[in-house]
Amino acid sequence: MTTTAAATAASVAPAGASAAVPKAGFDLLPLALVALLALLGWPLIGSTSTWLTLTVAGLSMGMIIFIIASGLTLVFGLMDVLNFGHGVFIALGAYIATSVFAGMADWTGSAQLWRNLAAIGVTVLLAVLAAAAVGWAFERVLVRPVYGQHLKQILITMGGMIIGEELIKVVWGATPITVEMPEALRGVIAFGGDAVVEKYRVLATLIGAVVLGAMLFTLNRTKLGLLIRAGVQDREMVESLGYRIRRLFVGVFVAGSALAGLGGALWGIYQHGVVPQIGAHVNVLIFIVIIIGGLGSTTGCFVGALLVGLMANYTGFLAPKVAMFSNIGLMVAILLWRPQGLYPVTNR
Amino acid sequence: MSSNLLTLAGVHTHIGAYHILHGVDLVVPTGQVTMLLGRNGAGKTTTLRTIMGLWAASQGEVRFDGRAIGGTAGQRATPEIAQLGIAYVPENMGIFSDLTVRENLLLAARNARTVEQMDTARLEWLFGLFPALKKFWLYPAGKLSGGQKQMLAIARAMVEEQRLLLIDEPSKGLAPAIVQNLIAALRELKRTQTTVLLVEQNFGVAKALGDTVAVMDDGRVVHHGEMAELADDEALQHRFLGLSLGAHQ
Repeated sequence: MTTTAAATAASVAPAGASAAVPKAGFDLLPLALVALLALLGWPLIGSTSTWLTLTVAGLSMGMIIFIIASGLTLVFGLMDVLNFGHGVFIALGAYIATSVFAGMADWTGSAQLWRNLAAIGVTVLLAVLAAAAVGWAFERVLVRPVYGQHLKQILITMGGMIIGEELIKVVWGATPITVEMPEALRGVIAFGGDAVVEKYRVLATLIGAVVLGAMLFTLNRTKLGLLIRAGVQDREMVESLGYRIRRLFVGVFVAGSALAGLGGALWGIYQHGVVPQIGAHVNVLIFIVIIIGGLGSTTGCFVGALLVGLMANYTGFLAPKVAMFSNIGLMVAILLWRPQGLYPVTNR
Repeated sequence: MSSNLLTLAGVHTHIGAYHILHGVDLVVPTGQVTMLLGRNGAGKTTTLRTIMGLWAASQGEVRFDGRAIGGTAGQRATPEIAQLGIAYVPENMGIFSDLTVRENLLLAARNARTVEQMDTARLEWLFGLFPALKKFWLYPAGKLSGGQKQMLAIARAMVEEQRLLLIDEPSKGLAPAIVQNLIAALRELKRTQTTVLLVEQNFGVAKALGDTVAVMDDGRVVHHGEMAELADDEALQHRFLGLSLGAHQ
């Protein structure tokens, strides 16, 4: 294609279109809800610095939850696979973090930030690779025979989850393992007077932002993302257009598992320790996030995770007993407002 | 012009426990529009889906340009069949309703990663045929009217030069004025010598577009001939289409 032709194509296509028909604008209301929740917390908490600390902690916790849930938004939200075994990949990532941290104790114990970051880099890389490999096998053995059959998906992936948990116990043992926060990432950064934020949360927020950006870019701006979105709606039609969608969908499942591995590694470090049931523990949380956000929506998953993070931190401070069910309450309230979640993508 | 681009010989198709096609013999001559007529449930859609590889032929043979693409001689997968240059417009149009018109068309251009890489002249030609597509370029396809969706579905099948177009009941549910637009667009397509296999219930559309015709009943092709011949011969129409209607009543 010549440059002239390309230029003409660019001018041909949208000309007259944007002027005549308004493009659907970005829905800002759910984002405003995050701000509203934060503002609501202010008078309730009273002290501005405590409020600031809790808000920033809540938002950064939301970013970590987003990383964990982002994989499920691909697998459940887009591919419609009710994968209750998603937690296994999270657990795997977290356990790999314990092993890498044990093996690289010199690096994590070093006061030099770059050595700490290198250790985290290795952890993340191995967690992603391992979760991707296990995800590939999981799809091939357990998920492939039950595409489109929700009840069977629930049963078989739950079975997979139990087997995974037991295998983890075989490899790493049944007792909880602690993870020491890398030396240079311990402690807090003070800001805005008396407010503080943990250093590790800043790092996790940055990684979450990268994941968010990469997912939004891939899904909305590339042909690959276009194929995924189209394949979710009408798989047969995408095949009729000449694309081998099955391979692509295996790739999406593997990517979802890899993201769970990444999230698990970061979550394990964040929690300072890992128990074999970690996967089951976060499973409920991430399903809540996905449902709040709207199935298949990356932005929805992101906003949902921020809301859940904020809610957990505020209620944890104001009324710890309420914190136990605050997420469910949040989900109920949001579904009453928008029954398909904040940003519905699919029509399920 | 005399050679056949697509040949079905004794094709049987089962869908689960149901035996739908009972030995379909069909030829689609190169460069012509072949109409596939018949009452509801005669097996027209199943025939198209079998050609496309969406349902496998359990017996018989589907050959495209001399190559076996389905049946006992070797079943190819749908993407592979599409890559040979066969485009399919299903009865439900297969529009990706959450994607924009632009994205729907971009998907059909297999080798283009962006709209800028698409064939500009061809896109302009499509805009000429279907002006609504240009107007609603950035609009979610699900919000188009029924007629516009059908135009999009057909345009999508024409984004790349195809050797064979399979179109399933394009006039279904459309207002008569829209059907006239559709006929005009398909006539334009016909001028490009593209081979088309068109399923229709609307005899007017069939008369306006068809070169050859095959009439199906009960999972078999019961008549094969020139469209003009069928259009002029009321007795023949009565025998094949009236007979079917009689069976339907």
